Amino acid sequence: MTADTLLQRERDPALQPEIESPILSIESLSLWYGEKKALKEISLEIPEKQITAFIGPSGCGKSTLLRCINRLNDLIDGVRIEGDIDFNGTSIFDPRIDINALRKRIGMVFQKSNPFPKSIYENVAYGPRIQGINRKRDLDEIVEKSLKGAALWDEVKDRLDDSALGLSGGQQQRLCIARAIAVEPEVILFDEPCSALDPIATARIEELMQDLKSQYTQVIVTHNMQQASRVSDLTAFLYLGELIEYGPTEKIFINPIKKQTEDYITGRFG
Amino acid sequence: MSAHASPATAAEPARIGALDLASSRSRGKTSSLYGGSRSWSELLGQSLTWLCGGALAFNILLVLAILSLLAWNGLGYFWQEDLVEFTMKDGTKVLGEIWQEEAIAITPEMPAVDRLRLKIGNRDITGLDFAWIDRANIASQRKPQDSVLIERLEWGNFHGYLRELHNGGQVLAQGSEAVWQKLLPLLARKAAERDRIRALEEDEIGDINYDIEKLRLAERRLDLAGLPAAEHARRKAEIDQEIATREAEYQRLADRLAQMRQALVAETLVAETAAGETREIPVGGIVSVIRPDRLGVFGKLGLQLKRIGQFIVDDPRESNTEGGIFPAIFGTVMMVFLMAFAVAPLGVLAAVYLREYAKQGLLVRLVRIAVNNLAAVPSIVFGVFGLGFFVYLIGGSIDRLFYPEALPTPTFGTGGILWAALTLALLTVPVVIVAAEEGLAAVPRIVREGSLALGATKFETIRKVVIPAAAPGILTGMILAMARAAGEVAPLMIVGMVKLAPTLPLDGRPPFLHLERKFMHLGFHIFDVGFQSPNVEATTPLVFATALLLITVVTVMNLLAISLRNHLRRKYAGSAV
Repeated sequence: MTADTLLQRERDPALQPEIESPILSIESLSLWYGEKKALKEISLEIPEKQITAFIGPSGCGKSTLLRCINRLNDLIDGVRIEGDIDFNGTSIFDPRIDINALRKRIGMVFQKSNPFPKSIYENVAYGPRIQGINRKRDLDEIVEKSLKGAALWDEVKDRLDDSALGLSGGQQQRLCIARAIAVEPEVILFDEPCSALDPIATARIEELMQDLKSQYTQVIVTHNMQQASRVSDLTAFLYLGELIEYGPTEKIFINPIKKQTEDYITGRFG
Repeated sequence: MSAHASPATAAEPARIGALDLASSRSRGKTSSLYGGSRSWSELLGQSLTWLCGGALAFNILLVLAILSLLAWNGLGYFWQEDLVEFTMKDGTKVLGEIWQEEAIAITPEMPAVDRLRLKIGNRDITGLDFAWIDRANIASQRKPQDSVLIERLEWGNFHGYLRELHNGGQVLAQGSEAVWQKLLPLLARKAAERDRIRALEEDEIGDINYDIEKLRLAERRLDLAGLPAAEHARRKAEIDQEIATREAEYQRLADRLAQMRQALVAETLVAETAAGETREIPVGGIVSVIRPDRLGVFGKLGLQLKRIGQFIVDDPRESNTEGGIFPAIFGTVMMVFLMAFAVAPLGVLAAVYLREYAKQGLLVRLVRIAVNNLAAVPSIVFGVFGLGFFVYLIGGSIDRLFYPEALPTPTFGTGGILWAALTLALLTVPVVIVAAEEGLAAVPRIVREGSLALGATKFETIRKVVIPAAAPGILTGMILAMARAAGEVAPLMIVGMVKLAPTLPLDGRPPFLHLERKFMHLGFHIFDVGFQSPNVEATTPLVFATALLLITVVTVMNLLAISLRNHLRRKYAGSAV
């Protein structure tokens, strides 16, 4: 941690929640898409086995920030990153790091459900197979455990060999969660996981996130402020690439420090 | 346009329609429900719809016309017409099938003459297959119940009447009906004998010839090997011994073959033409005898189906003008499959590199343009390239390295089914690349990211997720490529296709798959029987029949590929492509 960010933290209580032993700490992270600066010196720490929400209006950079954490932005041409993200005390931008191993430990669930055009079983078994687990008995066990973990087992246990694309939207999204937890990550990133789902499917996903809390650190990007207030323990408000305010969810929603936060929460813009 | 608005033109009936529109437009000004120029745009839209529909209908009609023309002419070839005996006014008689009737005026002033085109058979007697007769010269005509059509192995069909059946000097039967009764079981026996002779020739004698050829090559190899003189002599003696054994065996089989051939032609059939000439025909040389005038419609239909079946499974005879076309079907299908095996990996790998790995920029754009334009290169150019590169360069090198003993006779250094397949693979690879690229591009980025986010490498993602999802699109490209390959003739003429191939490229002798062999092809067969045959008039219908079969073969192969693609699509219902 640089002296600069420490100074900033001391100066600004809006960016300084009480976090012991953070699993991820983002330090003065800036990101450019070509000439456009999409993230501006963002620093925040994410606690272990809690749910942290990133909120903010469209284009504020919350998804970009999330995709930095598993280095999915590497795939986009013309992206330049400065600053650092520490994961369990190791910089994820260290050139010696194995990016595929990193992504195994930091799973992700996307905005639109993206099952592979394979069977339900093969979707869940995909990650373990990549890791070299090929014994049928082991895979069966992992698939069952993961689907149960994603509260999908009872609905699909009789049709594991059917195409995953035949499932409903909510089921597909839970399948993607099952697929993510099949590789036993430490962190799961949710990129607006419910934006394409109806309220009932959304409620199931939110319920599932609470169940997963005991085992995984979760970070969720959401448009939906009610959702952030329902599911998260900590909330970070981003606006135009800057971190405006970060703190316990209740505090952000009930008693925000910054005017911009309050305006956004109360729906005056965004 | 000004006329539409002018009421002065109302008197012209041709413009009434335009005037109606003008008036509806003026109505539109008063009532906002009939907005402005709605009628005009509606009319334009409607006529465009009709134009598009008409264009489609025209295309469908064209396809139907092609198919029905081929079906009518092609299937008609197998249909047996009645034999009609005409007695001319000068007393001569002729027995034939009526193929065509036309009125012809020699000079404009003279009245038209009706004339008939008859298929008269008996090429050995008249030297012709067809004859024209004027209706005016016909005294009488009848359909004799005992007339026969004899399909012979040589000289084509015989039209006439059965008289006697001989065995050497001994008369087995006399009179039309008695001969017919005796002839039928005899024909079945002769067919079995012919099969045995063929089996002996092709299998046992063929094997021995094949062995002797191999031993000769082994001897030649020995000469080239430069061994010490004693060793050389010893081995050479061994080989000579071996060859001598085989040759003795060959002699024994050849004697047996001669006996069988003699037995085959022991019986002779005496038949008489309508003109009264008699001919002795060895029964062993007869394929079939029918009495067309006694066959009903169903009998003829059955005969037609049987002939179609024989056409598909038999080997050609009489320099391709008779018999079947099985080797051509086999060659076409096998060549297309070999081509598919070559083009699929080549095209898919190239597309994967272009789409997934190459940095998109000017160079890749240029490569893509070049690939697309490759599809527009005339196919004969590919043939020339195949000849220069595959046959002479690669094939020649293979011969020098691996088959020096056979030189100067080339093994791979001449046209063959492998080189033909590879040449066509080059010809069709652009189609596969373009289709595969489109298939790959249609796999959403989010699906790739889903795989990467699970810790898969880019290669694993492409192999396990992207290519399977793009498989239906890739197969579409393969279907197009196979259809194009099956129809190409020009490049094949210089890289291995022949008029008549003595052996199939796949048979029972090791190594079973003979990629260096030449092959027959339906497309070339059409050209050959239609325009290169000694008897063009008689074989013209064969052109249609063969073309129909070529279309059928291509359709069947495409249906197979399409059902595979649909199976994949169902498996991944709603998949990307």
